[in-house]
Amino acid sequence: MDPSMTRNIGPNLVTPWLGLSLKHPVVASASPLCQTVTGVAQLAKAGAAAVILPSLFEEQLHHDAAAFEFLSSAGCDSSAESSSYFPSFPEFDRGPTDYLKLIRDARAAIDVPLIASLNGTTDSGWTDYAREIEKAGADALELNVYGLPVDEDQNARMVEDRYVSIVKQVTQSIRIPVSVKMNPYFSSPMEMADRLIEAGASGLVLFNRFYQPDFDLEKMEVVPSLQLSSPSEIRLPLLWLSVLFGRTSGSLAASTGVETSSEVIKYLLAGADVVMTTSALLRHGPEHLRTLTDGLTQWMTQRGYESVGQMRGAMSLRNARNPSAFVRANYMKTLASYQHPFV
Amino acid sequence: MTDLRHAIRDGNEACADVAYRLNEVCAIYPITPSSGMAELADQWSSEGRCNIWGGVPDVIEMQSEAGAAGTVHGALQGGALATTFTASQGLLLMIPNMYRIAGELTSAVFHVAARSLATHALSIFGDHQDVMAARSTGFAFLSSGSVQEAHDMALIAQSATLKSRVPFVHFFDGFRTSHEYNRIQLLSDDDLRALIDDRHMIAHRQRALNPDRPFVRGTAQNPDVCFQSREAVNRFYAAVPSIVQSTMDQFAELTGRHYRLFDYFGAADAERVLILMGSGCEAVRETVEYMVRNGEPVGAVQVRLFRPFSAEHLLASLPPSVRSIAVLDRTKEPGAGGEPLYKDVVTALAEASMRSGVSIPGGVVSLPRVTGGRYGLSSKEFTPAMIRAVFDELQKPQPKNSFTVGIHDDVTHSSLPVSPDFQIESDDVFRAVFYGLGADGTVGANRNTIKIIGEDAGLHAQAYFVYDSKKSGSRTVSHLRFGEKPIRSTYLISSAQFVGCHQFGFIDTIDVLSIAAQGAVFLLNSPHSADQVWDELPLEVQQQIIDRQLQFYTIDASRVARETGLTNRTNTVMQTCFFAISGVLPQDEAIRRIKYSIRQTYAKKGEQTVMQNFAAVDATIRNLHRVTVPGKVTATKRRRPVVPAEAPEFVRKVTGAMIAGTGDLLPVSSFPVDGTFPSGTSRWEKRSISAFVPLWDPELCIQCGNCGFICPHGVIRSRLYHQEKLDDAPSGFLSAPVDARGFPETRYTLQVYADDCTGCALCEEVCPVTGLEETRRRAINMVPKEQILESTRRNTEFFETLPLTPRGQVDFSSVRGTQFLEPLFEFSGACAGCGETPYLKAISQLFGDRLMVANATGCSSIFGGNLPTTPWSVNSEGRGPAWSNSLFEDNAEFGLGMRIAADRHLAEARRLVLQLRALLGDELVEGLVSADQRTEADIRRQRLRVSEMRQRIAREDHPAARLLLSIADHLVRRSVWLVGGDGWAYDIGSAGVDHVLASGRNVNLLVLDTEVYSNTGGQASKATPRGAVAKFAAAGKQAEKKDLALQAVSYGSVYVARVAIGANPQQTLDALREAEAYDGPSLVIAYSHCIAHGINMLHALDQQSRAVHSGYWPLMRFHPEAKARGEHPFILDSVRPELALEQFTSQELRFRLLQQANPDNSERIMQEAQQAVSRRWKMYEDLAGL
Repeated sequence: MDPSMTRNIGPNLVTPWLGLSLKHPVVASASPLCQTVTGVAQLAKAGAAAVILPSLFEEQLHHDAAAFEFLSSAGCDSSAESSSYFPSFPEFDRGPTDYLKLIRDARAAIDVPLIASLNGTTDSGWTDYAREIEKAGADALELNVYGLPVDEDQNARMVEDRYVSIVKQVTQSIRIPVSVKMNPYFSSPMEMADRLIEAGASGLVLFNRFYQPDFDLEKMEVVPSLQLSSPSEIRLPLLWLSVLFGRTSGSLAASTGVETSSEVIKYLLAGADVVMTTSALLRHGPEHLRTLTDGLTQWMTQRGYESVGQMRGAMSLRNARNPSAFVRANYMKTLASYQHPFV
Repeated sequence: MTDLRHAIRDGNEACADVAYRLNEVCAIYPITPSSGMAELADQWSSEGRCNIWGGVPDVIEMQSEAGAAGTVHGALQGGALATTFTASQGLLLMIPNMYRIAGELTSAVFHVAARSLATHALSIFGDHQDVMAARSTGFAFLSSGSVQEAHDMALIAQSATLKSRVPFVHFFDGFRTSHEYNRIQLLSDDDLRALIDDRHMIAHRQRALNPDRPFVRGTAQNPDVCFQSREAVNRFYAAVPSIVQSTMDQFAELTGRHYRLFDYFGAADAERVLILMGSGCEAVRETVEYMVRNGEPVGAVQVRLFRPFSAEHLLASLPPSVRSIAVLDRTKEPGAGGEPLYKDVVTALAEASMRSGVSIPGGVVSLPRVTGGRYGLSSKEFTPAMIRAVFDELQKPQPKNSFTVGIHDDVTHSSLPVSPDFQIESDDVFRAVFYGLGADGTVGANRNTIKIIGEDAGLHAQAYFVYDSKKSGSRTVSHLRFGEKPIRSTYLISSAQFVGCHQFGFIDTIDVLSIAAQGAVFLLNSPHSADQVWDELPLEVQQQIIDRQLQFYTIDASRVARETGLTNRTNTVMQTCFFAISGVLPQDEAIRRIKYSIRQTYAKKGEQTVMQNFAAVDATIRNLHRVTVPGKVTATKRRRPVVPAEAPEFVRKVTGAMIAGTGDLLPVSSFPVDGTFPSGTSRWEKRSISAFVPLWDPELCIQCGNCGFICPHGVIRSRLYHQEKLDDAPSGFLSAPVDARGFPETRYTLQVYADDCTGCALCEEVCPVTGLEETRRRAINMVPKEQILESTRRNTEFFETLPLTPRGQVDFSSVRGTQFLEPLFEFSGACAGCGETPYLKAISQLFGDRLMVANATGCSSIFGGNLPTTPWSVNSEGRGPAWSNSLFEDNAEFGLGMRIAADRHLAEARRLVLQLRALLGDELVEGLVSADQRTEADIRRQRLRVSEMRQRIAREDHPAARLLLSIADHLVRRSVWLVGGDGWAYDIGSAGVDHVLASGRNVNLLVLDTEVYSNTGGQASKATPRGAVAKFAAAGKQAEKKDLALQAVSYGSVYVARVAIGANPQQTLDALREAEAYDGPSLVIAYSHCIAHGINMLHALDQQSRAVHSGYWPLMRFHPEAKARGEHPFILDSVRPELALEQFTSQELRFRLLQQANPDNSERIMQEAQQAVSRRWKMYEDLAGL
């Protein structure tokens, strides 16, 4: 059924994403909520327009396999009395079986698009797992290209080329649409966006929140820190969505900082096709999806927007009244201050 | 193509594979060397494997072998087909039920991997002492001598017991058969069905207890009838031999393998015949065939059915030409006129002779001369040379009786002379020996190799692995044979065509080439290049290579492994080298098969792992080099002596030989007659096993003592001394001013004993200090040993000359203070990073000079008492822990006995002191009898009093004085500790622990709770937590862990503490001291991390913290006397849980495996586990009045 038919009153929220048609622009992004079929089903039931699964981390699979091998073989064959310390598991599989099962089961359990996510490390990892994900029934695949370029021998172009190469390889390996979760720190995000779309990506997600560890001053140790995003973090994606809107053929998604319908609205106005939310759902539960879409509907109704398509990009660089605000913010502020009534 | 009917199996699997399929119930308990059978049964059951009737057998672990036997008995009475697997003391614990089961004529088979019994010492190795101890139970005894036979006889025994109603023990030699891998022909389910008649099984069921047709079985009988009814079974026993033989005949028709009750092999006109059973028969068969080929009239009888003993079948098996017989028993029955098999044979022959005069039915024309001898006790080698020695002895006019063979008895001269030059192994058999470390994967690779050759390539193959007795840095020696014909050589290789040395360090410490045959290939894993390696060899090794014209190859396997991403696992590299140069298979075929095997092994782990291993294989070929051997020796350095020259004579002569691997050559006179050995020998065995050792940073150190407290091996010591002592210090000796007030001109040194370190790095982990500029630095840091070894050795030597802080001046109440107490538990062979040993070290420091330890069998008795060297030590006054191990099940009672003896002798000593008041004077008497002995200073004063008393009465010719001198030591308060693991305290010794706690006597129970049977390889105990996967709980433990602390608290009179040294060392110290000070029973349950948890031991202390902070392991103390002091007796030392249980469990493989092992229920089980933790915490808070 056409999702637009489900609402006979109010604006049309239907929006395209990677060639898929979503009933509205609010997508449940990867979080602990979607690690189980039950969780995915709850999100869909609560109204998510699509659900994105947590990433399958190739490195984690390798790490797990190596850790399993190390821990299960520690102390083995060292003593006449104990050649091993665990029962034997001949069928033990450290591969992506669980993840693929989650895709299969979740796909069967929900009626909205299911988007898988992949973080590879090797060429074969990217393409092989992408194929398996497609085979398992995912409607689309998000590439979570993630890696800190800490190697001084790696120059900027090499980092960029690696992104492009991955996208090319994956998109040539599978038929389902592919999005790329972008890194905000490229020297020329616009060029990278072009290159990624040209390489075969159907859309871009702005942005990947990079892991940033913290320091424990008591123990004097570096500690992992993963904090939920806050609305103040929407500025960076908001800026680049506004710039990208109308200048790329790919779909655009906003990620990060969606707490209320205000952020959803802002992202759409900047140019996003869809808006992804994680932190708010973790804070408030899956039912919060309804709050977001209701808020969007209410705002659109108040403002007289009839469809998401109509409002999309309305405040982008291309369509905003004061486009220079995007690119000369600090300078403008200074001038404005200078021109204040005292002059 | 793989032949599905043939496979490589060890004896345990070969036996269990049949036993499992022929039973409905397996009641099990772990004991070496039979544990493998039980583990497989449990695993198969959890995987849903069916028996031949299509059902999945029920496998249940019990609290002891006695429990397993009781369960089997009950299951049998319930009509099920039931079995068990056991050995040694386990079989002894089953004996009462065995009498019952046999008395009730109940069909069952117990499968036994025959093993020594604990006498003067525990031995895990193989002989027939256990089965001989059970031979009077009424069970039939069927013996297997090989892996194939262990497979076959398991079926024949089951078939025969169903037909005869007499229960069977099917036994084979522990280790030599149970752990030998050999190529066998497998029995299919159809084969099994062909020999098992369902009618017999149905008849068994119909004899079961059944309320629908009730009867009473197990009555109590009076003198009027008991005797007669006992004799009613006779005809069933009389029928057994023919039933077994007919079953064997039926089996032969099915499989082509023909067995007889007494199998004769050898010359038809043999004059000298050996009679024996078990794996030794294989070596005898080889030797007999060799001797017969050389024209000697010899033969041998392999006894298969030992009970009921069929004289008729024995006599029928003997050749009429026999003149002399030697009966070989693999057991010892001190005080008997001969060992059991010998006496049976003599009786059979004598009875026949009495019946028929000189003519014996069965064809023997005159009564042969029969001698008996002992061989092979505790897996002592039994070689063709020894067999030859027995045959030679039989040629003498008066052959020695009650002889021994395989040892040198220079006391009672029982032993036969053996010529080591007699070797019969054919060149058709390829023999390879590999020296490796447990950690380097050598054994696993070799196991894989024989599967490649024995299963894929279709050759016959045999592998046997020898381990030293250490759990850290343990050395392994793999003995592999390959050939076109079945391999029956049930003894170690003594002349190898291939010698692989997988650890370069070995060439400096052990004689790896003594077994190299002339012209053999020698493969050495070396960090040195092919053109440099020669210069790095000691003189002895160079000489052997030249003399034996060895083909010398080398590879830097560690580098190849590292470069191909395989970290330090050199197994694939060294395995490839073997195939590349041994010539066992053509190289191309060998490489192809290795790669196939790699794909099979690693496919599940991903293509990358497969490719890494492929790359390692290819890189190996490129990096393997033959070394050009010079014509003469160029080295000047010699192999290092195993113990230093200044070691005591016993250590040099006896312990040193054991360390060097030549213990077999020690004569009987070398040994104590009663199993009593000197303490503290581990200090003489400098194993130097770790490449990384800690280096102290005096500038950064705050002298807290945490590193020394946690060090599992006692290699970190601290001393305070006057600064003038440094005048004699070697350059580079580290010291610091004391970080405390009141110690003018005093220096502090923290010394690392680098040669004794296992490299666990817990010291670095526990160090609370971080460097200012580099926060990764600690006050103690792991560094490559080679950088500091020489200076550290010099420093350690000097450190030992520094004075110890007098115990009276040490603050016992703080971790910081205890670092100055000398550890009297040191340098054990426990795993690197062991979680148990820090507790033992602590009690040795606190109470060591008056400590008595009763140690339950388990890890702590093995690293505590396994030769060659032991860690319980002595102080400079010659005092130290008095340690003993009795059994597994009786340790609480054993320790209680020690306490009672001490109390009795203390009372007696006091009585005698009072009696000698006139001689001793009032003041001394009052002091001796009444003085307080709470503090170390009190104890020191009491020692002085005892010393003075000794002097005063030493020369008195007074009966009371003589008696008092014999027990005067007891006037100093003794600290009796009952130490063991959770297997003891929660399971097998549970009743004893409970009884001793209820006794009110002053004993201290220290439970080293690893939550699993660690020593036997990780089987579940009642201490295993819910959700953990362990052997015998392959689907995850379903039941909650027993709260032993609360059980003890319920008495109200027991001091109870739950501690975790890694989470709160101070609480541990407090608990140990309070337990010891309490004049009543104390129980300290100590969290002991273990490799069986599936953790990186480096992070074990963090895990202990998580265990505590998640509420999984709440720290508590219960002091029965607190109420009287107006205090709350129950103290909860943990703070309220601040972590979810999952944050603890997710870091351990034992819990992580649950999802794999039990995908449907894992989530629920872990939720229940969390709920249980929360519930218990609430209850503890209530108990603590919070």
